[in-house]
Amino acid sequence: MGRISENYDSSWQKKFSDWMKNGWDGLDENMAREDTAPNEESQEEQTDLFTLKVREDRERQRDVYSRLHQWSVTTGARRIRAIYVILSLFTCAAIIFFLLQAVDGLPLLGAADSPVNNEVSRRYIEQGIEETGAVNFVSGMILDYRAFDTLGESTVLFIAACTVMILLRTDVGANGRPEKGSWIISPDQSDGKPDPILKHAAMFLIPVILLFGVSMVLNGHLSPGGGFSGGAILGAGLMLFLNAFGRDKAVRFINYRVFITVIFTALTFYAGAKSFVFYTGANDIPFRVPLGTPGSILSAGLILPLDICVGMIVSCTMYGFYNLFRKGGF
Amino acid sequence: MDLLRNAPFVCVLLPLIAGIFCAVLPRRGAKLLCFLTVLVLTAANAFSFLRFFSGAGPFTYPMGHFPGPWGNELRSGLLESAMAMCLCVTAFLSLWAGSSKAGVHIPRGKQGLYYSVVCLAAASVNALIYTNDLFTGYVFIEISTIAAGALILSRQDGLCLSGCARYLVMNLVGSGLCLMGIAMLYGQTGHLNIDSLRLSLAPLAESSPLPVSVRTVIVLLTVGLGIKSGLFPFHSWIPDAYSYSTPASGALLSSFISKGYIFLLIKVVVRVFGLDMIRASGVCPVIFAFGAAGIIMGSVSATRQTDIRRMVAFSSVAQIGYIYMGIGMCTRESLIAALFHMAVHSFAKSMLFSSAASLIASSGDRAQMESLAGSGRRNAPAGVAFTAGAMSLTGVPLLGGFLSKIYLSQAAIAVDTFHAVAVLLTLALSTFLQTVYFLHTVVNIYRPADKNVHAEKQSVLSGAALCVMTLLNILLGTASVPLYRALASGFMQF
Repeated sequence: MGRISENYDSSWQKKFSDWMKNGWDGLDENMAREDTAPNEESQEEQTDLFTLKVREDRERQRDVYSRLHQWSVTTGARRIRAIYVILSLFTCAAIIFFLLQAVDGLPLLGAADSPVNNEVSRRYIEQGIEETGAVNFVSGMILDYRAFDTLGESTVLFIAACTVMILLRTDVGANGRPEKGSWIISPDQSDGKPDPILKHAAMFLIPVILLFGVSMVLNGHLSPGGGFSGGAILGAGLMLFLNAFGRDKAVRFINYRVFITVIFTALTFYAGAKSFVFYTGANDIPFRVPLGTPGSILSAGLILPLDICVGMIVSCTMYGFYNLFRKGGF
Repeated sequence: MDLLRNAPFVCVLLPLIAGIFCAVLPRRGAKLLCFLTVLVLTAANAFSFLRFFSGAGPFTYPMGHFPGPWGNELRSGLLESAMAMCLCVTAFLSLWAGSSKAGVHIPRGKQGLYYSVVCLAAASVNALIYTNDLFTGYVFIEISTIAAGALILSRQDGLCLSGCARYLVMNLVGSGLCLMGIAMLYGQTGHLNIDSLRLSLAPLAESSPLPVSVRTVIVLLTVGLGIKSGLFPFHSWIPDAYSYSTPASGALLSSFISKGYIFLLIKVVVRVFGLDMIRASGVCPVIFAFGAAGIIMGSVSATRQTDIRRMVAFSSVAQIGYIYMGIGMCTRESLIAALFHMAVHSFAKSMLFSSAASLIASSGDRAQMESLAGSGRRNAPAGVAFTAGAMSLTGVPLLGGFLSKIYLSQAAIAVDTFHAVAVLLTLALSTFLQTVYFLHTVVNIYRPADKNVHAEKQSVLSGAALCVMTLLNILLGTASVPLYRALASGFMQF
């Protein structure tokens, strides 16, 4: 035991342990054999010269490497960063210059002879009430003349909600554990105690906010507002409720099921109703949704139901985003 | 009244509604609905293509009771339906080939949402192809941007998330530039409808030099859509996004969604401004140079990859470069060549991504080149499909890539000597580089390897999809003259 075999120096065990300690160098292997053999025969001077030379070379090489490395992490990095900053500043300045020049060439905003005041906007303004039944002709424009774009915008909200759900939703399976493959966030048991000041303020604020949102959605075709702005207000009210009264109370009336049902129903109704209108319009089928008397609450054909749909989509998407970003679920 | 006139309407609204339904259906139902939808889309586009092919003229389709500049419009013609048909076929095949892997990569509870996003992406690409209104174009750019993000991150690992972050940063800049361009164009003309835009830009076209504001709009739209489709200096998001996401997503992103943006750019170039105005604005040489640089740099980067998926992704950068080189020459022939190359690339690239994924699966889920040795023998359909795709993009005769290279060089020779020399030199160099990296990989996958690799059992379905893809690619190389003619005559009516 403990006896070192005679040819240990050239054995693979030695090489292996050296490799474990120092790593392997192609030069070392040959050198080691050469400088061990003469050492035993005490021809030190000759080998010393040679090994010294090799060592010197190696050190010089290492020195060059380390200096290069040093340069690249200190001076080099600084210089490249400086060049980068200068170049990006220059690019930014050039872009700003050209954009300003381009803006200079644009017609003045609000000028009477600006090309924006053409037959397109004239028809929206002059015949909007007659053709869409909406007193607020912004609503008439976005929900009747250009309803396809607005359908696209509602779909943007829907697909954004889907994407956030793919990313953040923690799926809790039947066994109560997060499903395999989804992000594992420990389900938050409690939100802590709701703040009493917030709670009391919210008691006054929430009904007002929600009613204001609802009236904005319902009056979309009569006064400024409409589905997008009213829905945002409703969403903000729901978030305030969640913060003031905690998850347990909020989940009683809006949970994942309600959320997805509301969005699904609203968007399906929107897409279905509008598909019908697009189809009849394009194929010259003489069917129009009755427009009613402009100015009364039940008027403007499909604009009121569509405003309600948009309001539902916007408020639910906002509230859903807030919940998903907070802890990945309702 | 011809019922087939409603094809563009169906192609946009049907996948949109199907997408909403997929989000609430259970996993299998959503998958089935998504496949059916894309199949119906393909059929609708094919029927409308046949209708135009037999001589019907292009038409605009009002979305609602208000025509022209007041309401939104779609426009359908030979070119639109041909392109939509090709893209829907590739989308269907990539979904088909990647569906078994998607079932593994995506958490079970989220597969319904995934297929919903796929449907919405299909709706948005069809809308980008058929729209006759720039703002509608922008709305659907938004949808496809978010859809592509969801496709990337649906496989929830770190690489996909960082790839998606990169993708979002670059693509939101692109969307922003597009929106700025559209807003400035509206400020100068008061129109968003493409036909009316063309009419009100006509007096500006005669003024020389072109006003800076119009030039800026052209630059903003070109750069914005260029970033979104991965033109060379803005391609840094491509490799991560295409290669680490689940194979169906990678194939859809490179062969389906990015083509929608390029088609919109061609629409802007040809129908909004017109080729003369684009030539006068001076962006052509820049697009041309970026395209050529993209071909070289993409190919050089591809030769340095050790991961087969990243190699295929970098080859996408090069292929997008071909398309932009065609756009950058700004002649009718070159744009037709670019359109043909879009079709060729989407067929070949969806096949390459799907077959690469199958090869990886049959090599114990390792994507490094050395571990792929012999995978072409273990998985015959994937090996054949990869070889065919590689040969097509390298430009071997009897496959699509050869024809598009021929058309591109013919178009270049017709322009002038400088363009001819530049294109031929770029083509020669890139063909050399593509031979290096594709041939290297093809040889590698047929090298004999040790037997005890853990090979995943291949589903018959994805093998069948790969066979269909191979057949279609061979068909594209041997019998695509009608398609080319259709693209050419569709372009003349565009």
